Amino acid sequence: MIIKTTKSIPSSEITDPLVFKQRRQLIKAMVAMGLTGSGLYSDVLKASEDKAVLTPTAAEIVKNHTNYYEFTFNKTDATKLAQVLPTDPWSVEITGEVEHPGIYHLEDLLSQQSIQEYIYRFRCVEAWSMVVPWMGFPLANLLKKVKPLSTAQFVQFTSVYDPDHMPNQKDKAMLEWPYVEGLRIDEAMHPLTLLATGMYGEKMPKQNGSPLRLVVPWKYGFKSIKAIVKIELVKKPALTTWSKSGPNEYGFYANVNPDVPHPRWSQNSERQLGGGFFTPRRKTELFNGYAEQVASLYSNMDLRHFF
Amino acid sequence: MNFSSKKTYLISLFLCLLPLLGIIIDLLFDNLGADPIQTLHIRLGDWSLRLLWLTLCITPLQTFTRQRGMADYRQMLGLYVFFYASLHVITYVWIDQGLDWGNIAIDVLQSSYIWLGLLAYIIIFLLAISSPKVAKKKLGKNWKKLHRYIYIGSIAVIIHYYWQLKGNMAEPLFYLITLSILLMFRVAVWFKNRKFNKMMIPTTKRIKVVTVKKLSEDQSTMVYSQKLVVEEDD
Repeated sequence: MIIKTTKSIPSSEITDPLVFKQRRQLIKAMVAMGLTGSGLYSDVLKASEDKAVLTPTAAEIVKNHTNYYEFTFNKTDATKLAQVLPTDPWSVEITGEVEHPGIYHLEDLLSQQSIQEYIYRFRCVEAWSMVVPWMGFPLANLLKKVKPLSTAQFVQFTSVYDPDHMPNQKDKAMLEWPYVEGLRIDEAMHPLTLLATGMYGEKMPKQNGSPLRLVVPWKYGFKSIKAIVKIELVKKPALTTWSKSGPNEYGFYANVNPDVPHPRWSQNSERQLGGGFFTPRRKTELFNGYAEQVASLYSNMDLRHFF
Repeated sequence: MNFSSKKTYLISLFLCLLPLLGIIIDLLFDNLGADPIQTLHIRLGDWSLRLLWLTLCITPLQTFTRQRGMADYRQMLGLYVFFYASLHVITYVWIDQGLDWGNIAIDVLQSSYIWLGLLAYIIIFLLAISSPKVAKKKLGKNWKKLHRYIYIGSIAVIIHYYWQLKGNMAEPLFYLITLSILLMFRVAVWFKNRKFNKMMIPTTKRIKVVTVKKLSEDQSTMVYSQKLVVEEDD
């Protein structure tokens, strides 16, 4: 399912049909050759044909520009460093206020889901952005299977803790590890919120959060936690890693909002990666352009206070 | 190393251009990573900072080694700081912001780290234009006073650097420590000079030898005694 926006998309952002087709063919070829394994991606091709979609940023950029602080504080080295992380087998613990808690094999979780492609904007709190074709499924579909209790008000996510393979966890560097994120239950159940297992028609590269990561397109990138090992349904909001580290700078909500600057820098515009030099910056949109779908979640909230 | 030789000066002049050369090569070979504008911007800023730190090294170095003729190097390095800082600013205004003055205004207003960068650049700019010998002559005593603003400039630079960071702290910590050492040297010199000056400054007090004559107790003879009297000058 692709969430279409009714807004017109500037022609510069529409993929050249030729490029688009080539990419489709490439994916088809790969699926045919069985390169993507398990056949999880066979549903992909049905989605998003002939639709005016955002132009994805070049895959090479997305694969080589990551904030994966468990490995490194720069954006390039995780491409190499993350490759040592063992991701197979992988299990996810689902616990807390839920009818069917348990430790699930990732394969089992995925076998119940249909993986589709979702092309979303991705806006980093550092004021750069990209457009990523994620492969995944709505988090809601998973939550519905495990059945949250009525007491579940929030969802808390925890990343893998593996200091043997993650140098900055070993050094106890900068943040408190493991990385923790959270969403309000209605945010978690929103159809735009994904659990992603791949991108660009391929399995998720390790540096991008393999094997399972969150994608919340209307929030700053740091909300989209990588390498998830635990999903907890809880009564109270999690004290998330970044808000613990800088409570005045990174809030629980972290909704993209050009009118609420970070205390030290503006969020008014963003540099779109993959553009050339002198390409104008993009004016940042409220909720990263997804206001139509998500603004109602925050209708009674002061977004300056709940940043 | 002989700092007064012309050869050494020319070599240094060339060495300071190498970072720019490196950046140009990376630019031509598309080697600036996924966010080339940011990389370009940061690398120019980094070199401006490093050269500023080097500039601040010159005076202590001169004191410790008793080398002469290093002022020319201080000037050269300072002008390179201005050069790299200007490229850093141009990258921001022209390449990153595409001369969109409306957005630049919002960006500057909302980004406290840019205020400090701007302050530092204004200082560096003023020092650069007052760098030629003619300006130095014209400004006289004020020249030195003006150029002491580099200390404020360097503190603005380190805050500018810190406030735009989100993660890694190792490299900034190195710069913070080195700057602290360099500035502490100035404070030490200032203290020393202050004490020294106190000893050397002629006071307005005068010491007089006063002769006092008095009758002896038995009133038989006159007794003459001398004592030192400190007199305040009017």
